[in-house]
Amino acid sequence: MNKAVVVRDLTKKFGTFTAVNKLNFEVDKGEVFGFLGANGAGKTTAIKILCGLSKPSSGQVTVAGFDAYKQSELIKKNIGYMSQRFSLYDDLTIAENIRFYGGIYGLKRVEIQSKIKEYVKKLNLEEFEGRKVIDLPLGIKQKLAFSVANVHNPAIIFLDEPTSGVDPITRRQFWDMIYLEAAHGKTIFVTTHYMDEAEYCDRITIMVDGKIEALDSPSKLKKEFNTQNISEIFLKLSRKQNTSQN
Amino acid sequence: MKTAIEIENLAHNYGLVKALKPLNMSIESGTLFGFIGPDGAGKTTLFRILTSLLLPTQGKAKVLGLDVVNDFRKLRPLLGYMPGRFSLYQDLTVEENLNFFAKLFKTSIEENYHLIKDIYDQIAPFKNRLAGKLSGGMKQKLALSCALIHKPDLLFLDEPTTGVDVVSRAEFWEMLRKLKNHGITIVVSTPYMDEAALCDKVALIQKGKILQTDSPQNIMENFSKPLFSVKSINRNSLSKDIETFGKTDSFYWFGDSIHWIGSDDKDADLLRIYLQQKKHEDLEIEKINASIEDCFMDLMKGNHE
Amino acid sequence: MKGFIIKEFLQIFRDYRSMAILFGIPIAQILLFGFALNMDLNNAHIAIVNKSGDSKSIELINKINSSDYFIVDQVFNSEKDIEAAFQQGEIKEVIVIPEDFSARLATNQKVELQVVADASDPNTASILVNYTQAVVSSFQQQNIKGSSTSLPLIQVESRFKYNESLKSVYMFVPGVFTIILMLVSAMMTSISIAREKELGTMEILLVSPITPVQIILGKVFPYVLLSFINAGLILLLSAFVFGMPFSGSITLLLAEALLFILMALSLGIFISTVSNSQQTAMLLSMFALLLPTILLSGFVFPIKNMPDVLQWLSHLMPGKWFIIIVKAIILKGAGIAELWKETLIIFSMTLFFIGLSVKKFNIRLSTN
Repeated sequence: MNKAVVVRDLTKKFGTFTAVNKLNFEVDKGEVFGFLGANGAGKTTAIKILCGLSKPSSGQVTVAGFDAYKQSELIKKNIGYMSQRFSLYDDLTIAENIRFYGGIYGLKRVEIQSKIKEYVKKLNLEEFEGRKVIDLPLGIKQKLAFSVANVHNPAIIFLDEPTSGVDPITRRQFWDMIYLEAAHGKTIFVTTHYMDEAEYCDRITIMVDGKIEALDSPSKLKKEFNTQNISEIFLKLSRKQNTSQN
Repeated sequence: MKTAIEIENLAHNYGLVKALKPLNMSIESGTLFGFIGPDGAGKTTLFRILTSLLLPTQGKAKVLGLDVVNDFRKLRPLLGYMPGRFSLYQDLTVEENLNFFAKLFKTSIEENYHLIKDIYDQIAPFKNRLAGKLSGGMKQKLALSCALIHKPDLLFLDEPTTGVDVVSRAEFWEMLRKLKNHGITIVVSTPYMDEAALCDKVALIQKGKILQTDSPQNIMENFSKPLFSVKSINRNSLSKDIETFGKTDSFYWFGDSIHWIGSDDKDADLLRIYLQQKKHEDLEIEKINASIEDCFMDLMKGNHE
Repeated sequence: MKGFIIKEFLQIFRDYRSMAILFGIPIAQILLFGFALNMDLNNAHIAIVNKSGDSKSIELINKINSSDYFIVDQVFNSEKDIEAAFQQGEIKEVIVIPEDFSARLATNQKVELQVVADASDPNTASILVNYTQAVVSSFQQQNIKGSSTSLPLIQVESRFKYNESLKSVYMFVPGVFTIILMLVSAMMTSISIAREKELGTMEILLVSPITPVQIILGKVFPYVLLSFINAGLILLLSAFVFGMPFSGSITLLLAEALLFILMALSLGIFISTVSNSQQTAMLLSMFALLLPTILLSGFVFPIKNMPDVLQWLSHLMPGKWFIIIVKAIILKGAGIAELWKETLIIFSMTLFFIGLSVKKFNIRLSTN
């Protein structure tokens, strides 16, 4: 099986409001997939469904080979999730956080112990060992959160604005980490408000008003919309939508 | 030109953490001034000191000619402040929020409606909706309306665009430019480097230290290192190959290209030859002008302690 | 100010859960204490050690036995049997009548009745002892009428003098009244101020021209009104559902209640000045205010049975003084002439906490 995510005619309604309208896309294994859209375009709703947190109203959704209707518990076991707003417990130390998340996903004590050593070494956390997460610089915190989301070696990692507010150098180091995982066959599903980061993805979708309005590799999309960067595509799409509404 | 903010040797510590290192600067009135830097750079701390919400550990600051420590009573009514997180009453409607803040400052919505008209008109259709149920962009517009309702002389906006999509961000900056024309001095902070270009003047800030203060144009023009954009079809191996090329000062990905800095312009020719040997087809190497982000990253490297 | 108060009311009425707490809990508490937690004891099994065996002692035993409260299971001749009687578990209390009971009564000498209660359940024990004292006291009064010679006093518990029927709901109303006013006023105010800090709206309020005193007053006013309505509700419930008699002046009672509400509100504001989140404010009001009030104000455990340290501590509980005031007004019909001391104490506490809050209320953000 080479598809990490398969979505066919996915629709989610809240009462009469259609938050997500007939989405169709597939994500390959090992792909870095960018999920873009304005606030309120339906991104969050769609991600919740893909993470097994919410059930679709209609359509077919398979994540890591599991069905979103019947196997949401299995989906949860096979994905990792990291968001800017919440990921690590500020008042726990680095090791305690890793132990906690490792425990949730049923890792053995020995495995957790070796993960702690691995992460401390990989992220150069020696000087911070034993300190609470709240005392870490934001960039390091975000890198650690990414590693923790990866602690149970999931097939897919969902990253919700992982680099928000991070300094430009750390932001790029973060993307190096993403590439490294993708090279190991991990599928990365990422949202961001930095348009240059959109270009780092293998393929991106842009959602407008619950629908996918663009889906392709960044370079092909730029040709298709005849623009210099992704940001302009974004503006074009939203203006088009505004004029069609008025 | 009059001075809106005068900062002298100002610093702030939280315990042992130096949130703001000794700082001297001034901001002219009538400008749109931006503090550009990542989270944790000290922007919020500085804003809280300047709005008299926090006492500085050392130094002095005068805002609109008033001392932020001693004259805070006189100062506060002259300021508009929009804190980083959404801080309106979620359980009140749009209109009730606006009314409340108008009354708080002993004014009415009607009195200064001309100031907020452009912004408020966009959320007026939802005026009976609870503020907690608004979308991100609309919350931001409501918060700005509330901060403006008493026609402040100086407006502090702490990361108003963080977590907001590109389209809403563009709209928001459009609004700020219009407000500036009403004669309001606007001080704004943001982690998005591309927004620097929209300010009259910016201060690049990181780890509690101001790296540089100037107009964005000057900052970009004064970047003296040879900067080249490098593009290749074979994206994946490009960064690896540049890494093995000896004469590199630094290089970073910028979207679909790498921004490469060498020691002088001739190095770029050597790089071209080197990459061609590595079988990079469709290689594009061209000298470019620095963006604020290029400048920021270059300055950052000198700010390690 | 007006705008602030309007905003507070809008928020209070829009928050259904708070409204439920505000009015639901007082009603539930009063009904609960009135019906379910009726602490009246009936037919408690006791034993009597009758060392005297004369006619007056038999008369007393019959008097005790004929009351609804007690069943005299056994009568012993010597104190040796007490231990065994308790061990069996049936007996909750033993009364020891001294040898020369009749003789001492006849010669107007002091008589000491020894009462031993099973204190494994301290509440029941203290109630039983109080009942015993009440029965003995009525025995004594009958004997005064009967013989027309004055008998020496056998110890009488003054608390029961004004509540001869000993119905516990009358005892509970003042306590519940106190606790509800404390809970609603202190907890709700502290939470609502802490919420502004948590949401960040306090930042905007502080930067605005409104002064700390105005913020405090704006926060307090709606809750004074709501607590006052609550107080009236509790009093109406106890009067009409439980037929509680009101001997004293209702106006005085409401005035004292208003004073106590102000005290509780100032405490609430003080709590909010030291807590940065709603959660802290809630826990602080629960554990630092509510529990001590329940435990140390004399509401559940009689103060005079407490160790000295706790008795001394109980003087610091505003609730203690308010319970005294409410009991005195409702049950004894006391006026301000008798209660000026307690009133003054609560008044000074109010001033103290208001002063402390205004001083502690940060005009800036705390530096953490």
